[in-house]
Amino acid sequence: MADAPRTTPAAPGHGRRVLRSFLRNRLAVAGTVVLVLVLGSAVLAPVVAPYDPMKMNLTNAYAPPGSAGHLLGTDNFGRDILSRLIHGSRISLVIGVVVVSIAATVGTILGLLAGYLGGWVDELVMRAVEIFFAFPFLVLAIAVIAVFGPSILNVMWVLGLVSWPLYARLVRAQVLALHDVEYVEAARAAGMARRRVMFRHVLPNVLTPVIVTATFGIPEAILASAALGFLGLGVQPPTPEWGAMIAEGKDFIRRAPNLILWPGLTIMIVVLGFNFVGDGLRDALDPRGKKG
Amino acid sequence: MVPVLLGIAFITFALVSFAPGDAIRLMLGSESVNVANVERLRRELGLDLPWYHQFWNYLLGLLQGDLGTSIASRQPVADQIFQRFPNTIILTVASLVVALVIAIPLGVFAASRHNRAGDYVALGFAMLGVAMPNFWLGLLLLIVFGLELRWLPIRGIGSLEDGILDYASHLVLPAVTLGTSLAAILTRLTRNTMLDVLGEDYVRTARAKGVRPDRVLFRHALRNALLPLVTAAGMQFGALLGGAVIIETVFSWPGLGLLSINAIRQRDLPTMQGSVLVFAASFMLVMLITDLLYAAINPRIRYG
Repeated sequence: MADAPRTTPAAPGHGRRVLRSFLRNRLAVAGTVVLVLVLGSAVLAPVVAPYDPMKMNLTNAYAPPGSAGHLLGTDNFGRDILSRLIHGSRISLVIGVVVVSIAATVGTILGLLAGYLGGWVDELVMRAVEIFFAFPFLVLAIAVIAVFGPSILNVMWVLGLVSWPLYARLVRAQVLALHDVEYVEAARAAGMARRRVMFRHVLPNVLTPVIVTATFGIPEAILASAALGFLGLGVQPPTPEWGAMIAEGKDFIRRAPNLILWPGLTIMIVVLGFNFVGDGLRDALDPRGKKG
Repeated sequence: MVPVLLGIAFITFALVSFAPGDAIRLMLGSESVNVANVERLRRELGLDLPWYHQFWNYLLGLLQGDLGTSIASRQPVADQIFQRFPNTIILTVASLVVALVIAIPLGVFAASRHNRAGDYVALGFAMLGVAMPNFWLGLLLLIVFGLELRWLPIRGIGSLEDGILDYASHLVLPAVTLGTSLAAILTRLTRNTMLDVLGEDYVRTARAKGVRPDRVLFRHALRNALLPLVTAAGMQFGALLGGAVIIETVFSWPGLGLLSINAIRQRDLPTMQGSVLVFAASFMLVMLITDLLYAAINPRIRYG
């Protein structure tokens, strides 16, 4: 959010207007509160989690929610579910942010080159984009992880690898629209080096949509990594990843449905939080019309 | 189109051929690694050739409908896929129908109640629908309608010999699960495009002429709002195919997704490779159909 003003140069008061518009959106504010809470619990996990997320206690397995000391109950190994969810937030947030950073960086650079340089560079990049778009996103991710083996590191780079084309296409379209704008032309006419025009004058002006897209990209990556965890192709148990927790809990749905209930709710709330913030950001940054 | 097809083929080829370590060892598993075995299988699969030669052979095979041989079942991969693929088509198309049946009426309803309670309910559904992990929703529906209420079967596919009802009852839970997030996306889209369209001059004109409100809504507005809906539904079909991999495992629906997940669990890379290729090819086909459909309903586009 702090980046937003930088992307629209020479508009004093723009940042404040964006902020005001964002704060007027109640859902966006609610989303921000959720994200701050989740981020806080992720950073402070060892402090705020009541128990060690890995500590088993078989004599106290399947404790129902609200039982002594276990707000959300315990799982099949007697581990405290709340503590596992809190520690899991670290994994999901890190995955979400890293995936989007990889995808947005690679996509933005390639989109910038394609749009600004044109010619064979454009041809090459756009063909690659088309090929990647031809694969259902999750199918390709599952296949690559199947080959390289499941691990948190592989989940991050693979999801990043399959997500970049979205950013490349977006940035390319923006760059093409900017190519003949006066200040870009002026910079070129003044004899400025191509690389400098590209990174100093064009790039900052295409970042706004990238930021909005990235905000929606994080919850998508969180959902995708949870799906991979659920399939056993993501973060492996006993690590308390939310999707993997649901996979572990699904064998006990008759006995203790809360084993899957809480992690799913947690994923949903976090994803909602990001989506609300994304909607608010998009509406605040885009002066043209708003619709819920 | 041809370069993209070649690209798809190259990526699926590369998945196995450039696999790290050694695809062969991966396929044999750690137990039976034995130099003679590895060498034999390597020759059998043509992996001792240079990569471009392998890729050429792979392409030639594809042209003849040869997707290799499954390591697990020793059957041709193409046969296995051919058996399973119709089930995935049925599931994804049923999900698409579920999504449209929910999204269009709900989206139109929301737009007609703009900023009133009904609109907020529809938007609430749209937001929750995309935020829910689909496998989690599937498990919840399975618990409620399968285990508690016992209304619907929770796994497998029905046989048409047991009647259409039995078949349909097996399809309900997976199709609803898979269709929900698409329903949510399309509800929001329908609502927003309807709101745009309802602000147009021709809608005002129709109203001024005294056309009945429901007729304005469905005849004048909805028809124009359908175009973006078709494009979005086509593009989102990829998400349905990807989602099918997960939902098929939740409900043991014997489609291509379950086939590829089981192949991965058994380290059967040729089967996984073939499945991925078929997934991508069918998505491309759907996009092609979408383009044609778009042209067919858009009076402003005419080919030929």
